[in-house]
Amino acid sequence: MPAKVITLTSGKGGVGKTTATANLAVALAAEKSKVVCIDGDIGLRNLDVILGLENRIVYDLVDVVEGRCRLKQAMIRDKKLPDLYLIPAAQTRDKNAVSASDMIRVAKELRSDFDFVLIDSPAGIERGFRNAIAAADRVLVVTNPEVSAVRDADRVIGILESEEKGPASLILNRLNPTLVKSKDMLSPEDVLDLLAVELIGIVPEDENVVIASNRGAPVAYDAKSRAGQAFRNIAKRLKGETVPFLDLDAQGSLWDRIQRLAGRK
Amino acid sequence: MGFFDRIFGKKASADSAKERLQLVLIHDRTDLTPAELDSLRDDLIATISRHVAIDAKAVQIDVEHDGRSQRLVADIPLKAARRKSRKTK
Repeated sequence: MPAKVITLTSGKGGVGKTTATANLAVALAAEKSKVVCIDGDIGLRNLDVILGLENRIVYDLVDVVEGRCRLKQAMIRDKKLPDLYLIPAAQTRDKNAVSASDMIRVAKELRSDFDFVLIDSPAGIERGFRNAIAAADRVLVVTNPEVSAVRDADRVIGILESEEKGPASLILNRLNPTLVKSKDMLSPEDVLDLLAVELIGIVPEDENVVIASNRGAPVAYDAKSRAGQAFRNIAKRLKGETVPFLDLDAQGSLWDRIQRLAGRK
Repeated sequence: MGFFDRIFGKKASADSAKERLQLVLIHDRTDLTPAELDSLRDDLIATISRHVAIDAKAVQIDVEHDGRSQRLVADIPLKAARRKSRKTK
């Protein structure tokens, strides 16, 4: 079966697009899918460091597009997962080095060899974003439960609809259950009510994400961490499985947990 | 949200966030500013008044949303028609 091309985008920067792309790639490959991820952020590449593959880069996406190497030569195999590859972005060029038709051509060439092609979009709604969504069969919008991130996500969802790339699915990243409980953070229900899109995953705030980035080994390698588990669930949903959403209260007090175990809550 | 905030009836910050976003998103999606909505309201009142007597002060125009689609909803109360009193014999 030819690969599904999935683009992750957000409008606002810093909401966790690159982290989400790296983690979904790891989670899908850990579930025996063949995955290649493409860093679409030409000039500001980061997917390589998040995946811990920065020292292995020889060729990049712009080298492929401009014919300096074959596509296979720009593909870097992951250290741990043999079915996971990265095509890095160029660091010394800008968005204009790649066009939408280049992206479509590269994705087409990859489709026959993989189950999933994940594209990490740059922030914003300009050329780099347009390139990143050009080849997508499906678009995942990453947002945080904060006013600016939700507003920008709404803008992106609107553009995706008008470009006939919708309906988008939402990843609600960095949710803090304690703040939601004290009504100091928008809840998943609030965000879905505002954006009116399908939810594909909620990722709780988890310090392990920072630690994982420091090490260059995405948190999804650790299926026991809360964020890692959330990303693995999203990967399963992308494969068409039905997985219940994480119980966000599981972090509650000992008394809460005892009550839940006793079936009183 | 702190204990004292609740005691003094301060609104939860998540509720403020949601209410503010609801308004901002309507304007972002429709590209219609509050000022433009006011001018649309005045035009509507002028046009409709040429055909039928309305209570201009009570006219309400809002943008409502249903999922991701927006709808302009106008509530325009009509004034009771002044009938000429018929002569009775």
